[in-house]
Amino acid sequence: MPTDAAPRDAGRGSLSDVATSDAALRRFLQGLPGVDAVGLEARAAALGTRSIKTTAKAYALDLAISMIDLTTLEGADTPGKVRSLCTKGAHPDPGDRSAPRVAAICVYPDMAATARQALTELGADGINVASVATAFPSGRASMAVKLADTREAVAAGADEIDMVIDRGAFLAGRYLQVFEEIREVKAACGAAHLKVIFENGELATYDNIRRASWLAMLAGADFIKTSTGKVAVNATPPNTLLMLEAVRDFRAATGQQVGVKPAGGIRTAKDAFKYLVMVNETLGDDWLSPHWFRFGASSLLNDLLMQRQKLATGRYSGPDYVTVD
Amino acid sequence: MSTPEARTSPARGARLSVLKTYKLYVGGTFPRSESGRVYEVTDAKGQWLANAPRASRKDARDAVVAARKAFGGWSGATAYNRGQILYRVAEMLEGRREQFAAEVAAAEGLSKAKAQARTDAAIDRWVWYAGWSDKVAQVVGGGNPVAGPFFNLSTPEPTGVVAVLAPQNASLLGLVSVLAPVIVTGNTAVVVAAQDAPLPALSLAEVLATSDLPGGVVNVLSGGTAELARPLAAHQDVNAIDLAGADPEPATELERAAADNLKRVLRPAPEGVDWAAEPGLERMTAFLETKTVWHPIGA
Repeated sequence: MPTDAAPRDAGRGSLSDVATSDAALRRFLQGLPGVDAVGLEARAAALGTRSIKTTAKAYALDLAISMIDLTTLEGADTPGKVRSLCTKGAHPDPGDRSAPRVAAICVYPDMAATARQALTELGADGINVASVATAFPSGRASMAVKLADTREAVAAGADEIDMVIDRGAFLAGRYLQVFEEIREVKAACGAAHLKVIFENGELATYDNIRRASWLAMLAGADFIKTSTGKVAVNATPPNTLLMLEAVRDFRAATGQQVGVKPAGGIRTAKDAFKYLVMVNETLGDDWLSPHWFRFGASSLLNDLLMQRQKLATGRYSGPDYVTVD
Repeated sequence: MSTPEARTSPARGARLSVLKTYKLYVGGTFPRSESGRVYEVTDAKGQWLANAPRASRKDARDAVVAARKAFGGWSGATAYNRGQILYRVAEMLEGRREQFAAEVAAAEGLSKAKAQARTDAAIDRWVWYAGWSDKVAQVVGGGNPVAGPFFNLSTPEPTGVVAVLAPQNASLLGLVSVLAPVIVTGNTAVVVAAQDAPLPALSLAEVLATSDLPGGVVNVLSGGTAELARPLAAHQDVNAIDLAGADPEPATELERAAADNLKRVLRPAPEGVDWAAEPGLERMTAFLETKTVWHPIGA
């Protein structure tokens, strides 16, 4: 695949001043080459046909489990549910302690402290607490509220913040406003990692997803994330592949590595493998770790565990042998 | 199965024969085998009839997933509703009586009259089992006399997902006789059709698909019985297995595999079964669990 998304005039030097004004940023983002939708979808479909078996499958299953941001983002979340989710994240398969831990537990800000405490009590401090913030999932709140939301989550012990961009501002073309918001939230995060959610399903076109990717990376995102999981279209192989290409091109242009997190709609081990193949083929080994690639998922873990049990015993497993969350 | 010549209309000249592609029935749809394999099905004299899909263990796995998904709705439907749907299956079978008689004749090497009689018996068997849907609970359940101030009630409940190895020697009547008792009580089924005579079973799937039977309640696989039986017997999400179509020796092995998650097992009868005889309740009660409730008498 040619490196087609790095703008021809976007050398190392010119990237530093693309965000000096609204006009400059708009010129840069709208100057990004258009996305070949047919080619992108064909490429994503082709990468989804690989057959992963035996030892490679065992490796991929464990890698995928270790990349999961185990998520509960419901209005009905209770402290008890968050605690049991933490227990599951620390010991995904109670019948097989060799199963790896998940990467993070992803909750609403008011549950971050509960999650932090539960993980400490479990002796699983290696698992991060990720908190959504900035008026997730709509992002429709004033800047002061979004920043307060972020600071509160960090103070409650969140190691990672999943922010949503203001899609209204983005779609209206007010790119600099979105850019400044990301910068301010990043500053409010302090030591916490910042993941920026685009909500691809609301961005309407592939070109917009490419623009949003570059915008977020220029503004200092540590991770770019496909979606909230709250709308009809969430992570799809093509829109994730497009973001993977954007982080590849961004590293080529600036030397900075940014992570990617597809979220929503990834439910089976087979789906997860498709994403891992895309990461390997587009970005290579550098991104094949929980530091640089995550799955935002809840039901995916159970399917990975059932596949793991099948591999260990030779028998097909069933939902009776994993926890109900 | 008529030959191309028989279908040729002399007035219009030779007509190209339209051959049927037999497919599996999984989750209410008709997929080919995931493996892409087929095998040749011949009539009793060795003449080629059609290619049938040769299902793999992954097709079996998919079928179990579909059956599990359908279980909640089917077991939760009222007994009356299940009976109506099963009766509808019999009505649809009646409408395709000629086709099934021809398929049974080819598969089992029977005369036209005998095949017709067996097909009629199979349709009558559906009707017979359909009638049991809202009566079986009264026969095998009921109030228990207890020495205390309680109502004590036992009711039969479906076991869950049942794997069924259809009999090898009775392609339609045998199949109906093992399938209908499983689903009439609210179980969902994964059926492995008779290995050498799968065509009536695959055609029955088309009848089931047009009879308001929810997708996934019955899933029909064709292929090697031994190949498909092993993963089904070991599958942790299958609750029971009917070994009617298994040979005696592998049946023992399958029972052992089934023991791992305490599946209910219905063993094949060593002396063989006369499928035409009145079946009794055994095949229904084999896949039922008894739930007993104690309720205080409020006096």
